[in-house]
Amino acid sequence: MHAPTPSQRSESAFTDFKLPLLRDAAVAEANRCLFCHDAPCIKACPTAIDIPQFIRKIATDNVRGSAKTIFESNILGMSCARVCPVEVLCVGACVYNDLEQPPIAIGQLQRYATDIAYAEGWRYFEAGPSTGKRVALIGAGPASLAAAHELRRLGHACTIFEKRAVVGGLNTTGVAPYKMRADRAATEVEWVLSIGGIEVRTGIEIGRDIALADLKRDFDAIFVGVGLGADSKLGVPGEGLAGVHGAVAWIEAMKLGQVDVSSIRRAAVIGGGNTAIDVVREVLGLGIPHVEMIYRGTRDRMSGYGHEWSAALTEGAHAEWNAVATAIEGATRAERVHCVRVDADKRPIAGSDFAVDADLVLLAIGQSKLGAMLAGLGGITVDAGRIRTDADGFTGRAKWYAGGDCTNGGKEVVNAAAEGKRAAHAIDAAIAGRGRAHA
Amino acid sequence: MPEFAPDLSTNTGGIWSPNPFWLASAPPANSGAQIQRAFEAGWGGAVWKTLGVPIQNVSSRFGGHTIRGIQGAGFNNIELITDRSLEVNLREIAETKRLFPKNPIIVSLMVETEDEWREIIKKSIDAGADGLELNFGCPHGMCERGMGSAVGQEPKINERITAWAVKYSTVPVLVKLTPNVSDIVPHGLAAKRGGAHGVSLINTIKSIISVDIDRFVPEPRVGGLSTNGGYCGAAVKPIALHMVAALAREKGFGLPISGIGGISNWRDAVEFILLGSSTVQVCTEVMLRGYGVVEDMIDGLENYMRTHGFRTIPDMIGKAVPAFQEWGDLDLNYETVAKIDTDECIGCQLCVAACHDGAHQCIHPAEGTRVPRVDESECVGCNLCQIVCPVPGCITMAEVDNGFTPATWNQFVHEGMKLRPKKGAH
Repeated sequence: MHAPTPSQRSESAFTDFKLPLLRDAAVAEANRCLFCHDAPCIKACPTAIDIPQFIRKIATDNVRGSAKTIFESNILGMSCARVCPVEVLCVGACVYNDLEQPPIAIGQLQRYATDIAYAEGWRYFEAGPSTGKRVALIGAGPASLAAAHELRRLGHACTIFEKRAVVGGLNTTGVAPYKMRADRAATEVEWVLSIGGIEVRTGIEIGRDIALADLKRDFDAIFVGVGLGADSKLGVPGEGLAGVHGAVAWIEAMKLGQVDVSSIRRAAVIGGGNTAIDVVREVLGLGIPHVEMIYRGTRDRMSGYGHEWSAALTEGAHAEWNAVATAIEGATRAERVHCVRVDADKRPIAGSDFAVDADLVLLAIGQSKLGAMLAGLGGITVDAGRIRTDADGFTGRAKWYAGGDCTNGGKEVVNAAAEGKRAAHAIDAAIAGRGRAHA
Repeated sequence: MPEFAPDLSTNTGGIWSPNPFWLASAPPANSGAQIQRAFEAGWGGAVWKTLGVPIQNVSSRFGGHTIRGIQGAGFNNIELITDRSLEVNLREIAETKRLFPKNPIIVSLMVETEDEWREIIKKSIDAGADGLELNFGCPHGMCERGMGSAVGQEPKINERITAWAVKYSTVPVLVKLTPNVSDIVPHGLAAKRGGAHGVSLINTIKSIISVDIDRFVPEPRVGGLSTNGGYCGAAVKPIALHMVAALAREKGFGLPISGIGGISNWRDAVEFILLGSSTVQVCTEVMLRGYGVVEDMIDGLENYMRTHGFRTIPDMIGKAVPAFQEWGDLDLNYETVAKIDTDECIGCQLCVAACHDGAHQCIHPAEGTRVPRVDESECVGCNLCQIVCPVPGCITMAEVDNGFTPATWNQFVHEGMKLRPKKGAH
């Protein structure tokens, strides 16, 4: 059905940044939870998991019920426990922060409950009575998986089309390996698919192998969860040299196979978002001694999370702030990145040229948007490459729904999970005549 | 604050102790080597694990009650009196007394006939006992044989055996009382009539600590069966405090009290002393953490005494007893309402849930803020919000001057005194 994850992978060098909790530590932490009324952590969770309730169930050793509470809201709760930026979501909203006390380790508690559920093989959900309706889902990432699982609970047949050999989307190919490795993501995919009735067709690119019109003919609804496209280019000389890679592509190569870093002494990462910080930490983790992040703004204005950059710093990262790359130079492969300082308005400052030595250059300045694939369909608005939808994921064109990075421009797994699930209910309302229907 | 050195020495019924902390008659006071280590750690005295006709114990013997992840918050045991020979115990008592002459050893005793009592009392005193404690409290195993709580639950038997002991003893006699009675007072008075020099209470409470829900057997499990045990540990303190105070305030009682029941730290000890104890006995906390806990008990008690200017233990004994009264003597016109410090509040709204679901529905979520609002016209001053609030000092119970003269229920009934209007009674 889909390719197994190779056992020899560069990412295997990484261990978990946040350690799993043993039972006693989990129970003790769970007992610290205040069980807030109208809890802020729930409001901070895109999937609105009833966090105080699942934590209380850990405290009473009702782990089976705890995991169910999590999965009822978010079927991808196992991966989200590892990859969510909890510091800016649920944990960031914990009232203990206002007390200047350590907030509850919600992510680690969620991992505790969901890992046990996986290890014990507890199953909570089964497919609903068949409605005879069929839904196509484009892309096998978190948005489509969450949507498909919910659609199956509602009784609709699902077919997921994935152009790659591997499924799971960025959860499999992109998550920093000190948070979750690809084999764990693959385990989650199997777990989600085990509800049954979800056909996964890998190696099929919609628009190339199957026409959009055929999809519309063969399915009652289509959910687009294609994520983002290729790494963006800098547009500077030398970008084609050996040793220059898009960060997302390089991360995928590192996670799914092996990258040879044996001869790399210095790396440069261009960008200041979370992918840039991830790849900085990954390169450091693979043993490259010097890693320089080159970012056009200042630390306090970078889009990457402060807590992630702090972790990168403790791991030995360096940064050039207010700097943009102007050229990449080298004889046969990349050797250095020429840079210039910019002012607060990002204008180059004359005479401020400098160079950063690097034999590996990773570009983390964004990814292309894939909305253009739908641009020809009337009623669908594509805005700077992003597919526009209403709050339920409806595109405005009958049968067509979308969610995840291709609509939100690139957010978290938990956002994709929430959007996929919401779209599933909107689709259900439309095709099964339950609840509020679109067009 | 004056840095004087408080005098911790204390006297319970003629038994002098360098500090009020005694090991209770229990596993931590089972042998000479243990008690010698305890005295080295700082314990003032020790009540030797009950001597009698040596018994045979079971495996297992102990059970723990976990409350919100706190292991051993309550505890029980089905162990009996000493299983070591009388000769060994007596020899070790003598040895311990020789090594630690200033630390009182109180020997706990439990036998049946008058002759047995006379004989074991003489042997104990010959070995060096500074006092005796009559075990009329053990609620498991021994009571089925007509001893322990079987004695403590019958005032006449209690009085008779106490009288035997006092007759044959040349050292002070304490009677250890069982809490497995509906009212402790008649039992304390029986001990007094028997001539006891003091009482110690409470012994353990008859209990089943838990059930193994997979095997369908209560715990602690002995093979496929279990039995009721004696409940103790931090969780029993409120029951013990009440029984100590009930005797302490009883006119016509007046005997010294050695307080027992869930004492885990200096603060617990202070509470027992303020309610009338002159010494306190500890078992469970030592079983859970070892003899070293006494250092903080002593240190904390000294710091407390300095804070309040108490120079001696007798200055403290019973200080809170006069404030322990019947409900009918409480002022019904005394009024408090909850006040939430909006700067301190972290917005958890535990008080909202507690007040709405568990009290009088007077704390409400407010628009545009996580800080709840107290409807003081409905607040009955119950304290629940303050109890659940995780922020120290955030919720206070403020006195309200309602203009009413203090009036108790008894004054209302007998003298027609005016009561303020009820709140929250819709």
